Order: sequence, then structure tokens, then C-alpha cells
Amino acid sequence: MSVPFILFFLCALLAVAGAILLIMVREPIHSALSLILVMMSLAVLYLLLGAAFIAAVQIIVYAGAIMVLFVFVIMLLNAGTEERTDWSRIAKPMGLPLAFFLLLVIARWLSRSAIAATVANGVGAPSNEGVSTRALSMALFQQYLFPFEATSILILIALLGALILARKDE
Amino acid sequence: MEFITQHPVLVVSLVKIAVLLFVVMTALAYLTWFERKVVAHIQSRWGPYFVGAHGLLQPLADGLKFLFKEDMTPPTSDKFTYTIAPFLALALALTAIALIPFGPPSVQVLGQPVFVVSNVDIGLLFLFAVTSMGVYGVALAGWSSNSKYPLLGGLRSSAQMISYEVSLTISVVGVLLVAGTLNFNEIIAQQSGAFWHWNIIRFDHGAFPQIVGFLCYMTAAIAETNRIPFDLPEAETELVAGFHTEYSSFKFAMFFMAEYANMITVSCLATILFFGGWLSPFPDGWTWQLVLPGAGLVLLGMYCGWDTFVNMRGIARLQLAVVTMLCLVGGAICLMPAVQPVIQGPFWFTTKVVAFLFFYVWTRGTLPRFRYDQLMSFGWKLLLPVSLANLVVTSFVMVLPYFGRHG
Repeated sequence: MSVPFILFFLCALLAVAGAILLIMVREPIHSALSLILVMMSLAVLYLLLGAAFIAAVQIIVYAGAIMVLFVFVIMLLNAGTEERTDWSRIAKPMGLPLAFFLLLVIARWLSRSAIAATVANGVGAPSNEGVSTRALSMALFQQYLFPFEATSILILIALLGALILARKDE
Repeated sequence: MEFITQHPVLVVSLVKIAVLLFVVMTALAYLTWFERKVVAHIQSRWGPYFVGAHGLLQPLADGLKFLFKEDMTPPTSDKFTYTIAPFLALALALTAIALIPFGPPSVQVLGQPVFVVSNVDIGLLFLFAVTSMGVYGVALAGWSSNSKYPLLGGLRSSAQMISYEVSLTISVVGVLLVAGTLNFNEIIAQQSGAFWHWNIIRFDHGAFPQIVGFLCYMTAAIAETNRIPFDLPEAETELVAGFHTEYSSFKFAMFFMAEYANMITVSCLATILFFGGWLSPFPDGWTWQLVLPGAGLVLLGMYCGWDTFVNMRGIARLQLAVVTMLCLVGGAICLMPAVQPVIQGPFWFTTKVVAFLFFYVWTRGTLPRFRYDQLMSFGWKLLLPVSLANLVVTSFVMVLPYFGRHG
């Protein structure tokens, strides 16, 4: 077993555990912390795929900015612990079987897709160099310039919308 | 032996981490001594004087005191978060230092560069990724203490760190435009020559002097590390001690160490990005500069020796005599022809970083604290527009040579 292999399973496990904890814990801050755990594990997975830039951006944007705002808002509102309801009535008998069924469908789709073939052949294995930041920015600012700028404008509109909604009436 | 030659990366990295951890911890401890001494002299006091000659053993005494104090956890606190917050703060602060190159990559052992733990291709981005997580230590500490002052301190600090992180990042983008790379070693290598090639005043190959960027960076960095005049998260007249009010013993010490480690990190980053990192300020042809590190240490040793025999009495005289011997022996080693070129990089790097740390302490001794609304309007209404303007002007100057090329 190689080190990346062990790291992959460790981080995959951490990501899933974080996601489960996010739902299970009752303190909002603990939920936020679990979500940060998921983000960090995902960042390591990106690193293992050779996408160092994406990994860094994942941490900066999600764990470093968005989640900080989440934690900030939870602290500011001083949100109390969640109240446990009796869950949904249908979830108790049907939840586990349905989840199992969903997993089965995903596994079936994955095993038949092209991804499985490439993984089996070892073609998709990441190279040690990974994707350079230069190559990524070339693709982003030349090949995909229009979608990139369109997304930027979309985000700007969302920002302005949030500002207008949050503004107090004079 | 066989294991070492088979896994050079692993073994060398572990050794480097251990050495760096020891060096940084010692540096942190003596940074507190340095700060207390300098602030004391700014305020016409002596500072620490009794534990060791010139208070040189004071950091050791402080550390022992922290270790032996009772570790209190408030019964109403959130135990898990309360415990994890100081670890988070310190671990992230120390991780950032692993990315800093202290000397040229050409100095190698077993094919591995000696002066950097991890030479990441996108070093700068990774550094920002790690430092952007640093706010959690403060915010979680404030929240988990379940007490009014820490909560207010944590909130203030989160707001402040989020606000100034924007300016901090944007002020650095100017340098990135000039350098065209995120790798620290490449950014430094481009500034080689002499001090007029440093990014702060460099004006060649379409580069634009980053003096405005540097001023914005330094201001934002002081705010980012919660230091005077931006130390509102721990404004003692309003908030007792801010986010770490409830912390005692070594957990408090960990926050303290994290703050000083962050100071070192941002000083290192300023050195690398704007002041040529481990490069000498003199042209390469001036060979006499090779003796500077050794000569400096010998001079320091001679001063200590004079002080030992003229001013010190009793045990302090013995202690200072040891310091004198260390300086003289170290100076003699640095003067050896084989060591001279190796020691150049770390010497200049440390000199520049210490200059920045002195600047930090100097500001603390000089400036009063901001008011909170002043802090926010300063960050958003002055610092951010200025750093954005620097970015726009720099990119404009950078593309000027390309105008008319296609038309």
C-alpha cells in the first residue's frame, strides 16, 4: 500500500464522517466544524489528484472564507442547540433500505461508466507534476473566457442583490 | 544508513521539521524578550532584568510558569471546542512557517534543499490557505468560553480578520503580476542583483515598484495579526483580554505563541515578496560581504565580553560570559571559508525579518489604539481602495508594452 493510497482512504473516511457528524450533532458550531472537516478532506483529495491549485482555492474560499462567515453568523446570533424532533415517520422504516438502494444504483452506474475502465487500466492515475497553475489560468482566461466572465457577473449580481435586501429602509 | 539513502525525502524532511520547530519555538520565546526590552526602552524603562543577565532567561522562566499553572476550564464552556481552539491556532501558525524558504535552494543535503521544509509550487496560495484558517482559533476560543468578554473579543477579531484579509491578499497580487509565479524561490530569484532589483522599488522589464502594495500589505498584516494599533480583539480597557480571557496555563501560552508565530510569518512574507528574501542587498561582485555574518557575530561577542567584565556581577557575569563565548565561537565558524557562502542566505533573511519585527514592536511602543468604527472604515474605505488602485495601476503598466503590437 502506497502513502497516497492510505491518505485517500483516510481522507475519504474523514469526509464521510464529517458529513454524518454535520447532521448528527446538535450544536450549530459543531455542525460548522464538521463541515470544515469535510472541506479540508476534500482539499487533500484534490491534492492527491495532483490539483494543488484547486486544493488551495478550496481551502481559501470554502474553509477560510465561507465557513468563517458561517461561524461568525452563528456566534453573532448566538444560536442555541437544535431541538430534536421525532424525525419523519417514514424515515424510520424506509431510510436505511432507501439509502442502501441509492448506494447500489451509484455503484452500478460507476462500474459501467468510463471512469471504472480508466481506473482499472491505471490510465487515470494522476501524474506527479499535476496541473500547473499556468495551464489552468490559460484554459480559464482563453478557452473558457466567456463562461468565466459570465459567472463573475452572475456572482456580482447576487452580491448586489444581497446588499439591497439587507439594506435598511430610510 | 540504508533507510536514509532509500528515503531521502522522508528522513531529511523529518529532520528539517524537528530543527525548524526547535528554532522557531526558541525564536518565539526570545521574541517576547525582544519585545519587552524594546518597548521598555521606548518608554524609558529597563524591561526584564533580573532573571539571567539582561533578563535573557526570562522566556524560560515564563515558559516554566505557564507549564506549572493550574489549567482551568470554565464549567459552562464547550469542552471540545475550548480545548481544540488553542491547538488549532498554534498548529496553523506553525504550519505556515514550513513553507518559508530561509536560504537558497542550491544548498542541499542528500539532494534535498536544506533551508525550506516544503518548497510548494504554489507556495504563496498555500500560505494564504493556512493563514486564512487562523481565524478559527480566535473565533472558536471566543465562542466556546461561554462568557461575554471572550465572545465580544472573538466577534471583533473575526470581523477584523475577514475585513483585512481582503486588503492583505489584494496588496500581494501586484507582486504576483510582476513575478508571474506563486513559488517563493522563483519570486526571490527574480529579485537577484542588488537592492534596486527588489520588488519594492524594482522598475525593469515592465515591472512596477510595489511600494504602495507594500504599505498596504504591512498595514493589513499588523491588523491581521491583531497587533497594536489594531489590537481591538484584546483591548484590555474594554474587553479584559478579549478572546482568551478564560484561558489559563499553557493553553493561554499557545495563543500567545500563535500570535508571535503569525508575526514571524507575515514578516517573512514581506521579506520574500518585497525585499528579496534571502538575497543580499549588495551586488554579487562585492566579495567582502561574505564575512559580514561572522564579523557581526564577533562584534556582538566583543560587546558582550566588554559588558561581562565592566557591568555584570556574580552569576549574571557567568551567564553573559557563556553568551560571549557562543557569539565568538559562532562568529569564528561563520568566518570559515567553507561556511561563508552557506550562511549568507539565512543571515540576510534573518536580518530583514528581525528588522520587520523591530518595526512591529516600534509601532506598539508608538501608536495608540484605533476605535472600532475607525478600524472598520479604515480597512474598507481606505486600505481596500488603495490596494485595488495599486493592482489596477500595476496591471496597466504591465500591459503597456503590448499596446499597439497587434494593431
